[in-house]
Amino acid sequence: MPSPDSTPRLQLRQISKRYPGCLANDAIDLSIAPGEIHALLGENGAGKSTLMKIIYGVTQADAGEMLWQGQRVNIRNPAQARQLGIGMVFQHFSLFETLSVAQNIALAMGATAGTPKQLEPTIADVSRRYGMALEPERLVHSLSIGERQRVEIIRCLMQDIRLLILDEPTSVLTPQEADELFITLRRLAAEGCSILFISHKLAEVRALCHSATVLRGGRVAGHCVPAECSDQQLAQMMVGEAAALIGEYPKVSGGAAYLQVNGLSWHNPDPFGCSLSDISLQVRSGEIVGIAGVAGNGQDELLALLSGEQTLPRDSATSICFAGQAVATLRPDARRQLGLAFVPAERLGHGAVPELSLADNALLTAFQQGLVSNGLIKRGKVETLAQQIIQRFGVKTPDSQSAARSLSGGNLQKFILGREILQQPKLLIAAHPTWGVDVGAAATIHRALIALRDAGAAILVISEDLDELFQISDRLGALCAGRLSPLRNTTDSLLSDVGGWMAGQFNDAPSSATL
Amino acid sequence: MLLSLEPRGQQSRLMLWCSPLLAALLTLGCGSLLFIALGHDPLQTLHTLLIAPISDLYGVSELLVKALPILLCALGLAVAYQARIWNIGAEGQLLFGALAGSALAVNIIDMQSHWALVLILLTGTFAGAAWAGLTAWLRTRFNANEILTSIMLNYIALNLLLFCVHGPLKDPAGYNFPESAMFGDASRLPLLMEDGRVHAGVYFALLALVAVWVLLQKSFVGFQIKVLGLDKRAAGFVGFREKRLIWLALLISGGLAGLAGVCEVTGPIGQLVPQVSPGYGYAAITVAFLGRLNPIGILFSSLLMALLYIGGESAQMTLNLPQAITQLFQGMMLFFLLACDVLILYRPRLKLRWARRTSTTAVTAGAL
Amino acid sequence: MDIDLLSNIFYAMVRCGTPLLLVALGELICEKSGVLNLGQEGMMLFGAVIGFIVALNSGNLWLGVLLAMLAGVLLSSLFALVALVFNANQVATGLALTIFGVGLSTFVGAAWVGKPLAGFEPLAIPYLSEIPLIGRMLFAQDLLVYLSFALFALVAWVIIKSRVGLIIQAVGENPDAASAMGLPVLTVRTLAVLFGGAMAGLAGAYLSLAYTPMWAENMTAGRGWIALALVVFASWRVWRLLLGAYLFGLASILHLVAQGLGLAIPSSLLAMLPYVATIVVLVLLSRDAVRTRLYAPVSLGQPWQAGH
Repeated sequence: MPSPDSTPRLQLRQISKRYPGCLANDAIDLSIAPGEIHALLGENGAGKSTLMKIIYGVTQADAGEMLWQGQRVNIRNPAQARQLGIGMVFQHFSLFETLSVAQNIALAMGATAGTPKQLEPTIADVSRRYGMALEPERLVHSLSIGERQRVEIIRCLMQDIRLLILDEPTSVLTPQEADELFITLRRLAAEGCSILFISHKLAEVRALCHSATVLRGGRVAGHCVPAECSDQQLAQMMVGEAAALIGEYPKVSGGAAYLQVNGLSWHNPDPFGCSLSDISLQVRSGEIVGIAGVAGNGQDELLALLSGEQTLPRDSATSICFAGQAVATLRPDARRQLGLAFVPAERLGHGAVPELSLADNALLTAFQQGLVSNGLIKRGKVETLAQQIIQRFGVKTPDSQSAARSLSGGNLQKFILGREILQQPKLLIAAHPTWGVDVGAAATIHRALIALRDAGAAILVISEDLDELFQISDRLGALCAGRLSPLRNTTDSLLSDVGGWMAGQFNDAPSSATL
Repeated sequence: MLLSLEPRGQQSRLMLWCSPLLAALLTLGCGSLLFIALGHDPLQTLHTLLIAPISDLYGVSELLVKALPILLCALGLAVAYQARIWNIGAEGQLLFGALAGSALAVNIIDMQSHWALVLILLTGTFAGAAWAGLTAWLRTRFNANEILTSIMLNYIALNLLLFCVHGPLKDPAGYNFPESAMFGDASRLPLLMEDGRVHAGVYFALLALVAVWVLLQKSFVGFQIKVLGLDKRAAGFVGFREKRLIWLALLISGGLAGLAGVCEVTGPIGQLVPQVSPGYGYAAITVAFLGRLNPIGILFSSLLMALLYIGGESAQMTLNLPQAITQLFQGMMLFFLLACDVLILYRPRLKLRWARRTSTTAVTAGAL
Repeated sequence: MDIDLLSNIFYAMVRCGTPLLLVALGELICEKSGVLNLGQEGMMLFGAVIGFIVALNSGNLWLGVLLAMLAGVLLSSLFALVALVFNANQVATGLALTIFGVGLSTFVGAAWVGKPLAGFEPLAIPYLSEIPLIGRMLFAQDLLVYLSFALFALVAWVIIKSRVGLIIQAVGENPDAASAMGLPVLTVRTLAVLFGGAMAGLAGAYLSLAYTPMWAENMTAGRGWIALALVVFASWRVWRLLLGAYLFGLASILHLVAQGLGLAIPSSLLAMLPYVATIVVLVLLSRDAVRTRLYAPVSLGQPWQAGH
């Protein structure tokens, strides 16, 4: 436990940072004591990443000052941060897949630390001491996500660390792996290392952290001790008035099955990818099915097979059916004609072309809705559609000619979803629909999905955000190493159940009689 | 860093069109320095290079004759480059089109009907398309990089041409020169004017200009090509058939290059010779970029490039400057264009280092 | 075919493969760091012409070699400025470099075409060069070929064993991660590009000062492009690069073999062989998309900006 009257390890005073178009950090004050686990709470867009980048030296503040162990410092780059004893575990790992664990760590530690071979014994030692088993010679691409995070943490630990910053570490872990991580972190804190834990998940913060700073809209919305605050209070600080937006949606059971996947197996030729084995599921009209799972367990592959980006040979044609019609050999445009709509995980570079205007991006998936005649594009109709999407879904943009990449994440996601919904699909598949999106837009998106469900569409949502899945899905399942757990009603499922499924603890469902 | 680049956030429309002009001006400026270093008066040299060649009607007609093959090739390249298919093989496609057209032409020298010319032109166009089709096949079937395969095919086409012109297609009555027999009158492109060598190929160029504009700006296929070039994943996501589009783009650019080649041998040259093309296929690459892959822009830049060709010849004759000056200017322009393009997305800022420290000390002084 | 003929063929194979090897070594380092430089032809030719002019005027061949390398560095620094600092499209910039370099070298060399020069002579190492079959190939070459052997060993050591090689590989695979780790991505890439330029210049000097001591327009005849294909052929691994360079050397001298066998094939057709061979090799190697994924530097050819 941190002692209250020692010098704070890290202190931020009035830190501000402006980017073109927005004030990311506005006069932030923060203080972390030695041995303290401090949470930095906030929704997407609140300014957490920017603040963390400033602390780690990736970028510099425009105003304000930082004190390390009571001394004023100006951290100009990550190397300097590391010299002071600050270590960082990024949300998107900065690891080199074609190199081994030891080589990755050797690179991070600088030329004086020694060659990869010389570091191997130390790596083995440290990983044993903190209960994170790792083999130094393994190539990173062969490691699971949880193991890769361990490499990141061990890399930090080997550098005599005083402050460990973790950016949304549990977003890529199963609930069990998250618990193991917390054990490691508590041990570290007990040894005197401070921890800055960045998250938006209230339950974890309450379980792990001694104190918290809540950011909202770039400003500090409050400081608190999480254990002494209720969910309501924390949510109020995090989202302010928008707390009212976080909805409760009644669960329904659907009608006739629309999407049927029967014993879908697929071998992935990509050595870095995942293969699927015997996946069976049904999505009914008028229901939302949610599939949980940490990245790398087959989500991308399943999505590609469902959307048509990856087709199957003729003998497997019936492994995917829309309302009884075999579609597994059909390409995306043919499936769209049958009523499919798809919102991919990546907005820019997959769901929308960043350099094209919103109008062109509307044309991108809606071209079979009467927007093309005799091979020529009907610009007028494309404009109308784009305007409709912008107005109906509250997309904040000067006009439909703005490039897709000029929109904020939330607005672009609203546009993409709106584009699909306005085509009145019978089946909508959405991957990580509110990833990186601010609270207001996320609520709009959830409401739109529920409305679509109530209008009779079948909806499949794949997401890493368990809170979201519990909120909007009627039935739940999880993907683990290319296998799908049997679906169960959300009302009958607990978080720990889903956690178990994500870790592979389920029996495969028989293909024909899936719930 | 004293001079730094600040992202604009949006493309600057102004710079999009100014950048080529700026690049051209910088090239001229650099060229002038070069002339001074070589002991020539820069203004006079520039005049010889750029103004004198088109100061009379004959000069203008020569300009059009030279610009024609470059324009055709560049239009075809624009289609391919929009799809990010880096076809460097326009030169080989042009040569192969010329070769195929000539192979037919020397066998129908005595044919009188106008169909002779039509057949020859069609042969040349299809041959160019087929040569590009090789690149398309290697790319779609074997995933072989089209830059390298199309360049290799350039060298192969050139050697094929040399082989034929020294062997099978050599004029038996030609005193052993490496050239084919002159084509028959019915196999020649008719001239449009009394003076000068401007020929009916101009009509093809105008047709191609309109067709490519409609394709890229108005048609859905053009949209698919653009999406494929900008974002392959999105194109796959919506079901645009990548392989088909690659074939289409390469066939079109090969066909236009082949047409350019066969127009050269049935037009100004009148026979097959080793020097069918002084690098038109490569010049077309610069022209395509300079014209922003836009048909109108390409029209203007091909005229500029043709001017450089003629000016280069003239400078060699009157000022004894090496003819390679044309190629040198070509390369400089492309380089400057790429460098100036940075201004489209970034704003140059002069950053004075002490300014930042001042602001920090002011804040900390206030905080104490 | 008797031993002497084979020995001569191997000897010619190494001579012919040396410029390819040199350029490919430079481009290998460049591509490993994530940068695709298509300007090899231009840099080689410029190196060749500058090396020739300097050697001819100064009477010192090594001075020519040195300045040829500097010429390559100069041109490649233009590439680094536009493609790395200004972040322009690397393919277009490389093409621009080729067009510019070829034009510049033709322009500069116009007055020097056909001038005679006494180039590097072979230096046979006593006893070792007498070894049958491989003696001539390995120990009876000129100094620049010996230099190429040494450079190969150096580059191989750097890539496989040294920390610098690790850094280059990291930068090429994931520049964002490398930058976040504090590695100077831009500096590493720029140095890799400059090294590639120096090697291309050296290869050009070899052509105009040793292989065929003279200057002629476009004397590289596409070797720069073939070297690019070579890097793909080698799956970005340095030992296969050596093998590939000499195999291509072999393909380029097949007219010698044909003569030796008494076959009369038109020279134009024989001249096509290296280019056809390149296409065949590209097809065979690129077909396996999986292997390409495993070995190609992930960020190859993609523009990158610090602070993303």
